[in-house]
Amino acid sequence: MNDEKKSDIEAKQSVDTDPKAEESSSDQFEELQTAPPKQKLKLSWVGKIAVVIIAIWIVIAFAGPYIAPFHEADMIADDSFLPADKQFWLGSDYLGRDTFSRILWGARTTIGISFISTLAAYFVGITLGIAAAVKGGWTDTILSRVNDAILSLPTIMLGLIIIAALGSSIPILILTAGLIYAASVYRIARALGQDIMVADFVECARARGEGVWWIIFREVLPNCAMPLATDFGLRLVFVVLFISSLSFLGLGVQPPMSDWGSMVRENLQGLGYGSFAAIWPALAIATLTISVNLVVDDISASAGGKLAGKMV
Amino acid sequence: MKTMVLQRFGIGLITLLVVSVLVFAGTEILPGDVAEIVLGQSATPENLAKLRSELGLDKPAYIRYFEWLGDMITFDLGISKAGGASIGDLIGGRLYNTFFMGGIVAVIAVPLSIFLGLLAAMYPGSWIDRVVTFATLGLISVPEFFIATVCVLVLSVQLHWLPAVAYMSGDESFLQLMRALLLPILTLVIVISAQMIRMTRAGILNVLHSPYIEMAILKGVPRKRIILRHALFNAIGPIVNVIALNLAYLVSGVVIIETIFAYPGLAKLMVDGVQTRDLPLVQACAMIFCGTYVVLILTADIASILSNPRLRQPK
Repeated sequence: MNDEKKSDIEAKQSVDTDPKAEESSSDQFEELQTAPPKQKLKLSWVGKIAVVIIAIWIVIAFAGPYIAPFHEADMIADDSFLPADKQFWLGSDYLGRDTFSRILWGARTTIGISFISTLAAYFVGITLGIAAAVKGGWTDTILSRVNDAILSLPTIMLGLIIIAALGSSIPILILTAGLIYAASVYRIARALGQDIMVADFVECARARGEGVWWIIFREVLPNCAMPLATDFGLRLVFVVLFISSLSFLGLGVQPPMSDWGSMVRENLQGLGYGSFAAIWPALAIATLTISVNLVVDDISASAGGKLAGKMV
Repeated sequence: MKTMVLQRFGIGLITLLVVSVLVFAGTEILPGDVAEIVLGQSATPENLAKLRSELGLDKPAYIRYFEWLGDMITFDLGISKAGGASIGDLIGGRLYNTFFMGGIVAVIAVPLSIFLGLLAAMYPGSWIDRVVTFATLGLISVPEFFIATVCVLVLSVQLHWLPAVAYMSGDESFLQLMRALLLPILTLVIVISAQMIRMTRAGILNVLHSPYIEMAILKGVPRKRIILRHALFNAIGPIVNVIALNLAYLVSGVVIIETIFAYPGLAKLMVDGVQTRDLPLVQACAMIFCGTYVVLILTADIASILSNPRLRQPK
């Protein structure tokens, strides 16, 4: 619960803005007289709609279980694959559970797991990436080689291998996704870190006799913050797709917990009877991921495409 | 140039080695070994020890790793845990099915994506470009199974045009086979093309920003001629790179699509293997998929080195 709340706040920051991120970093540098002017983020109308959709999903991730008309595991309807009606807004699923309620419950599982995984990926990736950039030498070479090997494999294959070996549970899912996506975060963090380490202001700090930790926390990290925050959105999309693909294969979140990916799988057979039960959760994933992508696109466009170049 | 290409080969090989270590380590983490699984209830310490020495399980892990690696290289894939069938036999036909579908998808998706990518790049900012970029952004950000379910709903359930399951008995005519495969192929084409179109467009736009194109514009060369005669040739390298990369993405797309349509391919076999935790089977499939992936990425790298004279000279 607490974790989710924390992650939520951070999500909002990474999504709706970078002015905020800049504010907080400039707080630390009050002594600077001529701070660069605040950049105003301009969202296109498509971007604005996307922000609203993301906000709605975030609210649902928190409030879902409280506002849902039924419990996720309640087999409440008389029959399976009922069409939508007044009582069951989106119809019932293959066990006669309310699809609408399950989507509301599932928001917490899907978004929550993805969020924590992405945070884990960021923690590991940034720590190692900055360490490689700051230390250089052997540390850098070894970390980068291992990283290249991980990056040169399809993520879903890695996921399948790990789950075949360890079985599937929520902590393992989070660790798997976190480790796999840490590789790409590492690459970005290292590239950004290397750029900053050779900048004049770092040289100045060194000449002043500042320690390594001071340089990392006061110079390197604040300067990486903005591009990394934007990239967080992209990474989150990949993680949502990864986790729901695994769930879809029946290897992710296990029943009776609801999760958008496994809901699609469970109700796939209903398509044949003309039931939309498999479409709704798929649509939920689609609206979330498309919206995040649109917002990230807008942000990188307003940053003059410079970010996009670094993120590839 | 030779050294650079050789270097890429070296990196490819190292990657495969790392993969094999990862895949092998997966089995080592598990509690219990094959001997315990095979003997099950009737396991006594003596029995176990005997079977272990028969299977070579009493040797240290690194020796078993090299033996396993040797077996893999000589295509001796071992025996499936479930049912005890030879993995080589299980995989054979499945592998053909998967490559068959992948081949058809590539033949359709590649020309289509290059055409649409070119079209979008030719008129940047026009409605064609906007439609293409928006649609492809949408498509790359949704899961493969979303595209698949929508295709099934529309083409098979609502319109009754195509069967929803790619079931193959082995004695259909070619036309029947095509009809059964059309939905999975269509879905994969959509998934792969979306990526490819975006990358082709970006590649060509990148070339269009170079000074010699500006020169051509100033000389008054018509737009079509600039794109087809000036830009396209220089974009071939990046485009070949994009094609190889995207065929590599097929590897992950295929996992989902085969599961949805119950297509008897290698990926379906692997997912089933993961569910029953049949590790030897998963290992063999994973090595095949990762091997294919690494080879394709290698091709992409080498293509971009060969096509770009600036990359040929080591700095």
